[in-house]
Amino acid sequence: MQPREKLRQTLENVQGTALVAFLTAGYPKPETFLDLLREISATADVVEIGVPFTDPMADGVTIQRSSQSALRQGVTLKWIFNQLESCSFKLNSPILLMSYMNPLLAFGLESLVSRMQNTGVSGLIVPDLPYEESDVLKSGLNTQGLALVQMVTPATPKARLEKLCLASDGFVYAVTRTGITGGGSGLPEDLAQYLEGIKSLAKLPVCAGFGIRDAAQVKLIGKHADGVIVGSALVEVLEQGKSVGQFLNALRPE
Amino acid sequence: MTSPPTDNHAELLRALLAGKLPDENGRFGPFGGQYVPETLIPALARLKEGVYGLLPTEDFQERLQNQLRSWVGRPTALTYAPRLSERWSAEVWLKREDLAHTGAHKINNAIGQGLLAEALGASRVVAETGAGQHGVASAAACARLGLPCIVYMGEIDIERQAPNVDRMTRLGAEVVAVKSGDRTLRAAIDEALRDWVSDPSDTYYLLGSAVGPHPYPYLVRELQAVIGREARTQILEHCGALPDAVFACVGGGSNAIGLFHAFLGDQDVHLVGVEAGGRGEALGDNSATLVGGRPGVLHGAHSMLLYDEDGQIQETHSVSAGLDYPGVGPEHSFLKLVGRANYVTANDVEALDAVDECCSEEGILPALETAHALAGARRWAKKNQGKRILIGLSGRGDKDVPILRQHALSTETANAAP
Repeated sequence: MQPREKLRQTLENVQGTALVAFLTAGYPKPETFLDLLREISATADVVEIGVPFTDPMADGVTIQRSSQSALRQGVTLKWIFNQLESCSFKLNSPILLMSYMNPLLAFGLESLVSRMQNTGVSGLIVPDLPYEESDVLKSGLNTQGLALVQMVTPATPKARLEKLCLASDGFVYAVTRTGITGGGSGLPEDLAQYLEGIKSLAKLPVCAGFGIRDAAQVKLIGKHADGVIVGSALVEVLEQGKSVGQFLNALRPE
Repeated sequence: MTSPPTDNHAELLRALLAGKLPDENGRFGPFGGQYVPETLIPALARLKEGVYGLLPTEDFQERLQNQLRSWVGRPTALTYAPRLSERWSAEVWLKREDLAHTGAHKINNAIGQGLLAEALGASRVVAETGAGQHGVASAAACARLGLPCIVYMGEIDIERQAPNVDRMTRLGAEVVAVKSGDRTLRAAIDEALRDWVSDPSDTYYLLGSAVGPHPYPYLVRELQAVIGREARTQILEHCGALPDAVFACVGGGSNAIGLFHAFLGDQDVHLVGVEAGGRGEALGDNSATLVGGRPGVLHGAHSMLLYDEDGQIQETHSVSAGLDYPGVGPEHSFLKLVGRANYVTANDVEALDAVDECCSEEGILPALETAHALAGARRWAKKNQGKRILIGLSGRGDKDVPILRQHALSTETANAAP
């Protein structure tokens, strides 16, 4: 089965609300990366590995901090692939890479696709690559059935929403609000209507992300979407040296 | 340095001269585009409608021309520089953007985009600044138009361009210190973009250089092209002929693209952009994007860029905050690719020398950014005797006095050492 199909099926088969967990690669320490990955994938249905970048313009302070820390400790896309390759255990959940465009460009499209395939990475999320600019990357990923997950936002007009839902692979990434990742400003009041609108257009599962940090929010979103994406809140748990397994388990509605 | 011309390059240049670039995808050949988060796509679409729908209208142009004439002080002078001419064995002409209101070419863009923000119904304006010149220009334009203005400025730049911070505040802008990333212009753009992503429908992002996602490189070039149009007319009036060479400094590249544009079709006019050579040729010691960079994606555009083997954006260095930037406008990358413009560097020491020479010989204190253009022109003049040279004097150097004092002190100390 193609990786992007498997990604979709994994999310579709989840009982209740699917959980996509984001981890900045090599944060807080490169040596614990694979252990953390194992711990997270024991609970999360999909794991999104953040490739650190110097200029993360769609990210708030938390992920800026974790990216800077990972960069200082020498984390690169190549290092991430090497780690995944050396991984001695089988991960339960599909893996996605979240990367800004320039590290991908520097790596080279051909090597990118082949290393994703070799290391079992199912697809990419590229926050600074809108649909109109995605042709080249997408056709490269297509050759191996890899996913390019499309983001949609509350600012996306309806006609465009339809196009983006159709273009996405694996699931549709519904950004909960206009803004950057993280922050404690809560979720917008018209979130339910927004998510229902996407659900009605998407043939894929819909997962909502940005600013999601507790079980009550997960429960609320679960009524209108197939899954949630948790990023900054998880990085904060790591910053505080707390257990990510416990945190993720507590997000799951009983 | 420049790629050999090919048929494809000649064709691309013809398309540019015919006004067909950027194309509908915001591309200058392979460069440009819109590499931004999805949230900004509708905002860029609205901006594009405004740029292509409003800018050419008679009503908008009348309002713009009126501001340029009565408030900015255009046309700016073209000054003959007799003593530089003698010293360099050349005929040197200076296009005096330092005489424009707020002291640099930045105001041409700031007032134009301010009028656009007003017409688009924006309730607040955000801007980034490096040397502070664009911040001051934005603050002034917003005050003039009654728009609230927030300026993001890197912590390091706040320190080295302190006089401009006071000016912005006095003009009613809120200056936000950027403590993230490299704490200079690049981080300030990151932060302004984050602000815009958070409120894309009511906030207008007044980008200060010919960089960023489409339509900014086009919009800024159109608003700065007045520099070259005036200069071309003025030099023809004075000399009855075109210059042999035109020099401008290039950071993001707005004053250079504004000066070059009117001369693009004049095949015999040599166009030279001067980048910051900083303290050396190694990656990280300069800001020479076109001379030392590779194609990449930063701040919404595909253009030449300074980054390491892993795609991480390189820290840059220049004595001038306004040139201290790892990227460059996509149209400059294009002009280099097709061979219509050449790009060279001038280092920190050459730039500081050029400030002194322009002060003592012509009675003009140029900005440190501008001094790079003077240094590049001087080097070229010495190799090409007797040529007519037009230099974009993009801004005044009052803001640099604290830095100049520091450098004078450190030189004295070095000379005093045994």
